[in-house]
Amino acid sequence: MSYLSDVRALARKDLLLELRARDTLPAMLLFVVAVFVVFHFSLPEGSSDVAASGLLWVAIVFTALLALGRAFVPEREQRVLDALVLSPADRSAIWLAKSIATFAFLAAAEVVALPLFALFFHGLSGQAIAGVALADVGICAVGTFVGATAVATRARELLLPLLFLPLAIPLIIGGVGASVVADPGRYLGFLALYDLLFGLLCWAAFEYVVVE
Amino acid sequence: MARKHRIPLPALAVASLVLVTLALVLVFFVAPNDADQGFSQRIFYFHVSIAFTSYLCFGAGAWKALRHLWKRDPAADLESYVAVHQGVIFGSLVLLTGSIWAKISWGHWWLWSENQLVLFLVLFLFYAAYFMLRFSVDPGPQRANLSAVYALFGVVLVPVSFMAIRLAQHFIHPVVFTRHGAAFGGWILATYLVAQFAVILLAYTLYRVELAGKLLDLRIRALRLA
Repeated sequence: MSYLSDVRALARKDLLLELRARDTLPAMLLFVVAVFVVFHFSLPEGSSDVAASGLLWVAIVFTALLALGRAFVPEREQRVLDALVLSPADRSAIWLAKSIATFAFLAAAEVVALPLFALFFHGLSGQAIAGVALADVGICAVGTFVGATAVATRARELLLPLLFLPLAIPLIIGGVGASVVADPGRYLGFLALYDLLFGLLCWAAFEYVVVE
Repeated sequence: MARKHRIPLPALAVASLVLVTLALVLVFFVAPNDADQGFSQRIFYFHVSIAFTSYLCFGAGAWKALRHLWKRDPAADLESYVAVHQGVIFGSLVLLTGSIWAKISWGHWWLWSENQLVLFLVLFLFYAAYFMLRFSVDPGPQRANLSAVYALFGVVLVPVSFMAIRLAQHFIHPVVFTRHGAAFGGWILATYLVAQFAVILLAYTLYRVELAGKLLDLRIRALRLA
């Protein structure tokens, strides 16, 4: 089996599992709508559109955290991770496949959430959507990595946001910058750089996280 | 476990005491008053030295982490942890001294426009999570690996966050304060260099003290079990 077919098989397993059990995606959708309602009441009358754009990023990061917290739960409950580590597949393939599956969930949630945001608050520009797409890559790459780290500890779900949020701050800065300034070029470039750097680091370091 | 050909601890302790005293004398009695900020600017000598030392500690922690993952150096895990620990202690001092300086110069304890302060806050959160992670895994190879990988993330996060926080200035705070009124030379430079060296030596001494204590701990535990 080649590397790519390993990745495809693993990602397919996660997507099939979600299609049959529907554990994560409905929860993400309900959560993001609830967060928008909370935002509506947290923004006082006459708040600017810029404030709402910033809050969109809070919603994205926390919705992603919901998915990341669930990402390795099936592996843990059924002890699949041990079997995967024993299999001849390269360990970074586990990370890549899980990142792709998480990206698919997050993108699916955003396909509903972004139009809803436009309906509730204000329309989104193309540059904001490009920022969201680039930030999603980084969120899923780094988030899957720290998700795997967190399930290896005793604290588990408690630890995930603590590990993830400091790493996500540059993504939020890049994303908010890309959504609010007139000339988003360097923010989008920065997001792409983040994706590249942390993607490579996660890919290279993942085998040390799942060693058992 | 202990390495040979190292400077003995008492010598290190005496040397750092002498250097820190010398730095204090230079900072308070020799360096000239800043033309713009007056006496309070003297905190700069320690604030900047501590910040630089803190980066060095995080760098050393990541280097030891790399040694652990790459060469399987048996002492590297503990050394990496101790270096990161010292980095967090000095990082907290950066937040403290920076906050005092901000209050005196600009009248606020916290300024989001001060890149260095914001960066250290992000790093502080990141490395505080390092301890949560480390103490949530049982001692052993798994803990060493997870800590090492996380410490390596830190050295990538520092430049990335630095860039990000600079970028954020453009849409959050367009005004950037300039820090130095006077030219940087003569006694100012000499004082800064002495203070810098003193703080680095102090950090190294503390690192060695903590490491010696931790190694002693491990040995006592091993003897008790034997």
